[in-house]
Amino acid sequence: MPRTITDGSPMNPALIRGLKSLLGPANVLSQTEDLLLYEFDGSVEKARPEVIVFPHTTQDVSRIVKLAAKYQVPVVGRGAGTGLSGGALARRGGVMIVFARMNRILEIDVENRRAVVQPGVVNLDITRAVEHAGLYFAPDPSSQKSCTIGGNVAENSGGPHTLAYGLTTNHIAALELVMPDGEIARVGSRHGDAPGYDLCGLFVGSEGTLALVTEITVKLTRKAEAVKTLLAIFDEVGDASRTVVEMTAQGITPAACEMLDGWTLRAVEDYIHAGFPRDSAAVLLIEVEGLREAAESQAGAIAEICNSNRAREVRTARDDRERDLLWKGRRNAFGALGRLAPSNYVLDGVIPRSKLPEALERIHATGKKFGFQIGNIFHAGDGNLHPIVLYDPRDTGQFKRAIAAAEEIIRMCVSLGGSLTGEHGVGMEKNELMTLLFSDADFDLMRRIHDAFNPDSALNPGKIFPLSKGCGEIRVHKSAQSAGTRR
Amino acid sequence: MSSTVSLPTRLEKLVGSDRVRASETALQEFAISGRAPLAVLKPRSAEEVAEIVSFAVAENLAVVACGSRSKLELGMPPRGYDLALDMTALRQIAHYDPGDLTVSADAGLPLHELEGVLGAKNQFLPLAVPFFETSTLGGAVASGIDSVLRQQYGTARDFLVGAEFVDGTGKLCKSGGRVVKNVTGYDLHKLLIGTLGTLGVITRLNFRTFPLPELRGAHLSTFTALEPALDFHASLLKSGLPFSNLELFDAEFSALLAAWQNKTGGAPKSLSADGWKVVACFEGSTAVIERIRRELQERSERTKAAHSENIDARSAQSLEASFRGAFHWLGRSAPNVAVLRIVLPRAASGDVAELLSGSQPPLLRSAFALRACGVAYVTLLADEEADAANAILQREVTRLFSQVEENKGSATLLHASPWLRERVGVWSAKRADLQMMQRVKQAFDPHNIFAPGRFVGGI
Repeated sequence: MPRTITDGSPMNPALIRGLKSLLGPANVLSQTEDLLLYEFDGSVEKARPEVIVFPHTTQDVSRIVKLAAKYQVPVVGRGAGTGLSGGALARRGGVMIVFARMNRILEIDVENRRAVVQPGVVNLDITRAVEHAGLYFAPDPSSQKSCTIGGNVAENSGGPHTLAYGLTTNHIAALELVMPDGEIARVGSRHGDAPGYDLCGLFVGSEGTLALVTEITVKLTRKAEAVKTLLAIFDEVGDASRTVVEMTAQGITPAACEMLDGWTLRAVEDYIHAGFPRDSAAVLLIEVEGLREAAESQAGAIAEICNSNRAREVRTARDDRERDLLWKGRRNAFGALGRLAPSNYVLDGVIPRSKLPEALERIHATGKKFGFQIGNIFHAGDGNLHPIVLYDPRDTGQFKRAIAAAEEIIRMCVSLGGSLTGEHGVGMEKNELMTLLFSDADFDLMRRIHDAFNPDSALNPGKIFPLSKGCGEIRVHKSAQSAGTRR
Repeated sequence: MSSTVSLPTRLEKLVGSDRVRASETALQEFAISGRAPLAVLKPRSAEEVAEIVSFAVAENLAVVACGSRSKLELGMPPRGYDLALDMTALRQIAHYDPGDLTVSADAGLPLHELEGVLGAKNQFLPLAVPFFETSTLGGAVASGIDSVLRQQYGTARDFLVGAEFVDGTGKLCKSGGRVVKNVTGYDLHKLLIGTLGTLGVITRLNFRTFPLPELRGAHLSTFTALEPALDFHASLLKSGLPFSNLELFDAEFSALLAAWQNKTGGAPKSLSADGWKVVACFEGSTAVIERIRRELQERSERTKAAHSENIDARSAQSLEASFRGAFHWLGRSAPNVAVLRIVLPRAASGDVAELLSGSQPPLLRSAFALRACGVAYVTLLADEEADAANAILQREVTRLFSQVEENKGSATLLHASPWLRERVGVWSAKRADLQMMQRVKQAFDPHNIFAPGRFVGGI
């Protein structure tokens, strides 16, 4: 049964004392100036936790959760805070567990291609630790230099190479969890495929609403023998998107296929100097991997499709340095755009790939309607759009228009047969839009799954489920009532 | 249960008399381990499935959804079984977008029919499972049975992008979508895979499709001992060469495979009943096929294979089909057979093979095959159904279960006589996460009407 919290604000000093005695004062932050740092993530949302804790062990996490439950205070987990849907924000206040200090790689098993890591390990550090053995961790969000694996698991993160290798869920073998009552549980199996329900698959991508993840067994992937990175340059956006459609239709699945439109690539080029021609309308960054023979013939076939769609030029990176530079341009694009406006709103929608030309035209029209130049830098190969709206958060009217434009674009994705989010998660950004896709029956079932593990909404309340549908929790926390509203 | 006498009549009222069968013959066709349902229903639509499930909830009837009924023996026999849902009338392709490499089809559609439709567009679904010729999409997914192509394409979990199903409250639900990348909401469609119909009745499945490979090839090496065969198998896995399948097997498996091949298509000559064999299957362009063949030849010479040969494309295809159906023909290769599926860490799989290749218990032969994805199939064969043979089978399966547990693996009894399954169970050990699984079951099927008792831990 949902509970109503009425213990008032500010946070119960006894809880804070309890946390300090559990973890030591150095691992607990409760001063306003500290809390302010944790009221943001990569999204446009904002919500302030009431106390921040830094556990070092699974036992710490379990004790924190038990203590919070005793005081009926919600708990939210957080990795590096790079998430883009408000998943790691304390929408109802309460205790924020930051996993930054649980950042050890516990084991590497080259023979079975597994690594056991703590949730605070940075995504790229897994690859760095295993690349000597010719292995890597395949999911590669653009924030992989800073985002943590715990956050990746919670959000089922993607990245450019998801096109060939799948999302985070395809690379997780087992999890250790702390449940909302503080119990420690294990799901999945190290060598895969244990009989039983795929609980591991359920918890990955559940956005911290079912359990906290305290240890992760990841699957490692063997590096391909050959990689070819192509940059195809176009004078018309339509030609670039038609190239993607034709590639898919011909059954060519590259390892990655990214698009940057002209406006975006100019901003990137000014900042990164990746070699994107400033006068072009769009570029495709396409990577193929595999055996030498396969990579070469695929690259050849792709170049042919680009040329038949009027590519101005198709370049192939000659060495790792050139390849890294092209990818640096892609991965740092959002940073580059940060130079153009005080803030940007990175959207995340999915469409069937064949609808790419139409979708880009409609995004352009939406931008015009709301008075924004909307840039596009996205995973074209799997139809995962990332339109970027630049805005000034101090201008309330402009912010509201940005939100409205975003909603129109997401609705357009759904109307084309697509989905709300390809890799950023629902969080508190799109929970109200969930009704575009799901029926009451769908919500009922999801709610029953939620309540099977997190019956009191003690973990990450106010996420995924639309609050307007009566699916939300009845928890009310006085001090947190104002939190969780958009800026 | 309320007034079972008039159950068929009441069901006829619900869905029409042409959708209900209750003759003894019809009921026996749907029997599981000798237990027949009270009625067989053949719904025409997902909505009708929902109506039937609502009826079952109201009347407290246990429901088992069936496709082609080729794998009904998987899992434990259900504790309750009142209604059989014959899903084969739901067989439409709802959407097929070749340009998007996605397809959405009804659960009762046979795999081979979908294969034809996709093949016309030079695409396919890498769900290469036993009973491929008869299996329905829903059955292939709900059984969770291995695809022989999983080394290259993964399991259904890797290409199922959405599903529609009726939950245990009689509501039509959906999860995922029709796009290849999607993280909206809980991944409930993936949860349905391999659940033997205990969470819901699958009505529609959305998949990503794949381009058909240009060419196929295969290569067969024979070794006189297990060790070099395992080394060779392991070296191929580490080589980075893309194999669609890699099978290592013993002489008995080879003999059974050859016998089956001769029945269906003609076995390669060197598929003799001696030594340890490694078959590598691969696909790609001419250049890729040539490269892999060359490397296989060199590697098998280096590892001192007793014999090594390239297999032509036609034989390769027929060999792959035999591996695909292995669970089917292994189960029928002797009067009394137990087929176990074992997952172990790579290093430990060899231990099981070694154990089997050692002293054979009397009255029993065993066949062993290790697949690249780390799954081993152990088949125990007895030439009689007598008590003595049963007792030995029981002892051997129990011993394998405990050995697998010691090695931190898992074992599932895929095929066995009802006698044996009743005594040893189907799964090697109790799961530590059983309670969490029960919570999932409770959420999906709060009245416990879907195939009760058929799944792990009595779920």
